[in-house]
Amino acid sequence: MSRSEHVQSLKMDHAVDSLLDETATQLVGQPLSRIEGPLKVCGKATYAAEYHLPDQLYGVLVGATIASGKVRKIHVDAVRQMSGVVDVVVDLKHFVRNAQQGGMKMSPPKGVETIAYYGQPIALVVASTLVEAQAGAWALQVDYERKEGKFDFNEELPNRQWIDWVTDPSEDMGKPEKTLASADVRVDVTYTTPSQSNSPMEPHASLAHWQGDQLIVYTANQMLDSSRTQLADALDMSKEKIQLISPYIGGGFGSKLGIAPEIVAASIAARQLQRPVKVVMSRPQVMEATVRRTNTRQRVGLGADQDGRLHTVIHNSVCTNLPGELFYEPVAVATHFLYRGENRQVKYEMVRMNQGLAGSMRAPGEAVGQLALECAMDELAHKLNLCPIELRKLNEPPKDPSKGVPHSARHLVECLEEGATRFGWDKRAMTPAQQRDGDWLIGYGVAAAARSNELKPSQARVSLRRANLPLGVQAIVETDMTDIGTGTYTILAQITGDLLGLPMDHIDVRLGDTSFPPAAGSGGSWGAASSGSSVYLACEALREQLAKQVGLYADNIQLKDGCITQSGAHDATLAESVKEAVVEKGQQLLGRLASKVGLEQPAQPAEFDPQQTLRVADVLNQMPGSELVALGKIEPGKTKQEYRHAGYGAQFAEVGVHRVTGEIRVRRMLGVFAAGRILNEKTARSQCYGGMVFGIGSALMEEIRYDQRDGRLCNHDLAEYHVPVNADVPALEVVFMPERDPYANPLHAKGVGELALAGAGAAIANAVFNATGIRVYEYPITLDKLLDQLPAV
Amino acid sequence: MKPFVYQRVTDLADAVQQASQDEAKLIAGGTNLLDLMKLEIEKPAKLVDINGLALDQIEATSDGGMRIGALVTNSDLANHPRIRQDYAVLSRAILAGASGQLRNKATTGGNLLQRTRCHYFYQPDSACNKRKPGSGCPAIGGENRGLAILGVSDHCIAQHPSDMAVAMRLLDARVETRLPDGGSRQIPLVDFYCLPGDTPHIETVLQPGELITHVVLPAPPTGRHDYVKVRDRASYAFALVSIASVIEVQNGQLAAIRMAFGGIGVQPWRNEAAEAILLGSTGDSATIDQAADLLLCAAQPQTQNLFKVSLTRRLIHQAVQQALTRAGVAA
Repeated sequence: MSRSEHVQSLKMDHAVDSLLDETATQLVGQPLSRIEGPLKVCGKATYAAEYHLPDQLYGVLVGATIASGKVRKIHVDAVRQMSGVVDVVVDLKHFVRNAQQGGMKMSPPKGVETIAYYGQPIALVVASTLVEAQAGAWALQVDYERKEGKFDFNEELPNRQWIDWVTDPSEDMGKPEKTLASADVRVDVTYTTPSQSNSPMEPHASLAHWQGDQLIVYTANQMLDSSRTQLADALDMSKEKIQLISPYIGGGFGSKLGIAPEIVAASIAARQLQRPVKVVMSRPQVMEATVRRTNTRQRVGLGADQDGRLHTVIHNSVCTNLPGELFYEPVAVATHFLYRGENRQVKYEMVRMNQGLAGSMRAPGEAVGQLALECAMDELAHKLNLCPIELRKLNEPPKDPSKGVPHSARHLVECLEEGATRFGWDKRAMTPAQQRDGDWLIGYGVAAAARSNELKPSQARVSLRRANLPLGVQAIVETDMTDIGTGTYTILAQITGDLLGLPMDHIDVRLGDTSFPPAAGSGGSWGAASSGSSVYLACEALREQLAKQVGLYADNIQLKDGCITQSGAHDATLAESVKEAVVEKGQQLLGRLASKVGLEQPAQPAEFDPQQTLRVADVLNQMPGSELVALGKIEPGKTKQEYRHAGYGAQFAEVGVHRVTGEIRVRRMLGVFAAGRILNEKTARSQCYGGMVFGIGSALMEEIRYDQRDGRLCNHDLAEYHVPVNADVPALEVVFMPERDPYANPLHAKGVGELALAGAGAAIANAVFNATGIRVYEYPITLDKLLDQLPAV
Repeated sequence: MKPFVYQRVTDLADAVQQASQDEAKLIAGGTNLLDLMKLEIEKPAKLVDINGLALDQIEATSDGGMRIGALVTNSDLANHPRIRQDYAVLSRAILAGASGQLRNKATTGGNLLQRTRCHYFYQPDSACNKRKPGSGCPAIGGENRGLAILGVSDHCIAQHPSDMAVAMRLLDARVETRLPDGGSRQIPLVDFYCLPGDTPHIETVLQPGELITHVVLPAPPTGRHDYVKVRDRASYAFALVSIASVIEVQNGQLAAIRMAFGGIGVQPWRNEAAEAILLGSTGDSATIDQAADLLLCAAQPQTQNLFKVSLTRRLIHQAVQQALTRAGVAA
C-alpha cells in the first residue's frame, strides 16, 4: 500500500477513558435507523444467494438418508444423464462431514464416506438451473451399509463421559454435596432442555468462483477471517488466496460462525468444473447439516440458610455432540458468578450421539443454563417464602464468588428494582394459582439475566478523504466485520461520526470482505464492542494526526461538521514532552539534511488560534494524496483476568394459562438491561426484542424432534419446528440502565444481543408456576405437560 | 420438482376430461399441492388449472341452505355475511386455520383434499404407507404427538389437518362433484373420506378425474356456534385437538347438540351416538363424561399423543358448560 497508514493499538490492560462522552455531536447512543435499511427494503442489499456470475452453475447437496453407517455406492450415472445436469460431484475424501465452530483455525472433519448423522451431505448435483439440480438431487440413488447408531439420549446417558478439558470431576470449591445435604433449605432438581435449531431466515449459501488459483466466495458467514482459515485448510490451500465476501447476512444465531458443508462443496465443484458454482441449502438442510443447540440435562442444587443466604451452588450438565467434536454447551457459564455461595460445583459431561453438529446458538450456555438456574432460584424463594427478587438481592456477591476478582460493572440489583417498579411486581400473588382473568390463570415471573462479556481482537481501517460532499470530506471505514442484521453498519458510522465530527451521510462503512482488515466477527455479542473499538482507535489516530497537522493535541481538539476547533488546554505528559523534544531535534536535523540535498522541507504546523475554525477538507489538502489513513487494533489484556465482565438484566413476564386446555400465552414482558454504553438505542432495543422472543420460544415451543429409533430429524422445517409467531409475542418493553464499563473497552460498551435472551424463558416458566402452581422440568413447557395437573373442568 | 405440463381450463367438461388422464392432477389454490410437488411427494405429469371455472359463487338454496362453489377462497367463505350469521361455526373454523395469506389463496374444494401433516409422509426418503403402500408406518412408535387417536389402523395413524372440514362435518355438508362421464353426484361428507384400514393411500371416495364443484350446506342448525382450536402456538399451527360445536339450551336442557373434532381423527370426526347421550340432558358432569367415554372408548393413542384423550374430554366439558352458562343456567 503506497499510502502511509497510522496504527493505533490498544490492549485492555487497565481501565481506559472514553472520548465518546466528550464529542461534540453525540451520535453514539441515538436511536438512529439502520443506514443500510433503505437498501434492504428495496431489495438492493445483495445477499450471498443473490449474486450471479456469468456461466454460473447451481449445485444442490444430497444428504444421507441414514444416520449411522457408510456410503457403499452412489449411482451417479443415471443422474448425469438427466436434463441439464452437468455433473454429480462426489468427493468422499474432501467434502466435510459437518459445519465448523466459530473461531476454529482448521477445517471441519474431512471425509463423508462414514455417515455420522441423518442429512450429512455426501454429494453435490450440479446443473445449469436450480430446478434441474434439485431434480437430480432427488433422483440420486445411494446404497448404504447401515450401522447401529446412538439415537436415544436416555439410553445413551449411562455412557456419558466427563468433558475432561473443562471438568476435573474431583475439583469442587468447598464441600458442595455435603453442605447441600445439610442445608436448612435446599432445592435439588433436574431439568432437561431439547435440541434447538438456529434456523436463521437466510439459509446458508455460497457462490464459489476460481480465478486461476485464487478462490472468491460470496457467502453467508458471521466471522470471515477464521472461516477463511477453515476453508483454506479444508481445500489444502493458502489462506491468502481466498477472498470471502459477505456484506449482508440474514441472521445466523451462531450457525454461520464457521464454514458449513455447502461452501466446501461449492468450492470443490467450481474447481473441478472450472465454472462458478452456487450452493444454497434448503431449510431441512440448514436444520440437519449446519448447527443445532445441544439438548441438555441439568442438575441444579441450591443450599441456603433459613434467611435465604446461599452457601451452596451446584450446576452440573450433560450435553451431546457428534463423535470427535470438542464443542460443549457452557451451561453454567454465568452460574460461576451470578450468586454468592462458598461451596460450589460445576461439572460437564458429554454423550456422543448420531445427531447433527451441536454448536453455538444465540447465548450458548446462558440461554439454557438460566432456564434451569433461574427457575431453581424461584423454587428456592418459594420454599423460603421469600420474594424471588429479595432472594436475589440477598445473594448479590460483592466479588466474583468463584474467582475472587471484582466485577467490572454490575447493576443486577438496580435492574431488578427498576423492573419491579415498572412491571408492578407488587401485584404478584406470593401464593401460586390465585389470580384469574376469565378462563385464564394469571401468573407473574421474574428471572435474572447474565451474559459474560468478551472482547476479541479486531481491526479496522478508517480513511479520511476529500469528497464531493457538502463538507468536502468523507470517512471510509473498512473491516471484515459483518452485519448479521444487528446494526453494525450503523453503529460503526455513529462512532466514526462522533470522533471525526462528521454527519452520518459523510461516512461510508464497508464490511464483510476479507480484503479488509480482520475483525472479531459477529458472535458472542462481542462484535459491536470489539469492532467498534477498533474503529474508535483508528479514529483516535486520525484525530491525533489532524491535531498534529494544525498544531493541537489529541486532548484539545474538537471535531464537528467537518471542522476543527480547539477545546480546552493540552495536558502534556512527561513522556510526551521528552518525545516532543526528540522529534523536534530530529526534524531540525532532517530539515538541514533536506536543504543540503535540495529537497522541499516538511511543512511546519502553524500555531493554532483558539478562536479559529479550520476545515478538515483544507487540512487534508495539505496531506499526500489528500487523505489520512489509520488502522485501529484492539485486543483483550489484563482486565480480562482481573475483572469479571458481564452484562446483567432483569426479565419479567406475565402469562395466562388456560384453565381448561393448558395453553400458555405470554401477556407482557419487560426486560431491564445494564450493558455498558448503548451504542444505538434503536438497534440495541431491536436486538433485545429478538432475545426476549427467543426466550418465549425456548420456554414454550422450540424443540428439534429426532426419531429415537433411527436419528431422523422429523420436524425439519419452520411449519413443524415452532418458533413464536406474531400472535405469540405480546407487548415487549425494554429498558436500558445507564452504565459505563471502563474495563471492557474504550467504548465502555458491552454486548446486548444474547443478554436479552438469558433468563427470558425462565421468567416465563416462573410465571407459569405462579399462575398454576405447576413446575415443569422438561422444556419446552407445552400444554400436555400441564394438563393432568390442572384443576378438573 | 418434476417437470409437468400446465393446462388452464375454462370448461367443466374439459376439466374432468383432462383430469382423468394418467398422472393428471387438478390445481386450484395450490397451497398444499405445490409444497408436495416440490418435495416430489406429488409428481403429476400434468397440472390442470381450474381457476378459470365459474365455481366461485356462494348462493342460497331453496331449502334454506347454502351452495358454495369449490373455488370460493377460504377468506371469502369465512367472511361471507350469511356464513358469518348462520354458520358461524364454519366461519370460525376457517379463521382458526393457516394464515391470512394462505386463506386468501386456499379454496373450499382444495381444503377438503389437503393431505396429512404427518412428518413421515412429508419426508420422501421415509417409509409411509400413505405415500408408498406397503412400506410401513414409522409414526407408530415414532414421532406422533400431533397424530390421530381415532379411526387409526396398524397401517396409518395420520390425522386430517383441516379445520374447515371439521365444521363442514358438523354441518352435514354434502360434496357435489362432476364425474368424468359428465354425470354429477352428491356425497355426504360423512361418506366422503375413507378410513385408512390397510389402504391409507386411498383417502376419499373420489374417482380419478372426479372434480368437486360445490359444497352444499343444509339449513343451519340452531344453537350457539363455536369452534375452539387448541394448538402449540397462537397461530399458524395445526390443531392438537379442535372442537366444533353447535348447542342449543332450552329450559336448562340441551335441546340440540352437535360436536365434531379435529386433530384426533384420521378424518374430521363426529360421533352422533355421543351427541345423543347429551341430548335432552342437563349437561351434568356425569353425562358429559358418559358421552366422552363413548367418543373416546375406541381411541388408540400412542405415547406422545395420549394427552389428546384428556384434552378432548376437557374440551367437551367446556363446550357444554359454556353453552349452559351463556344460556343463563349454572352448569
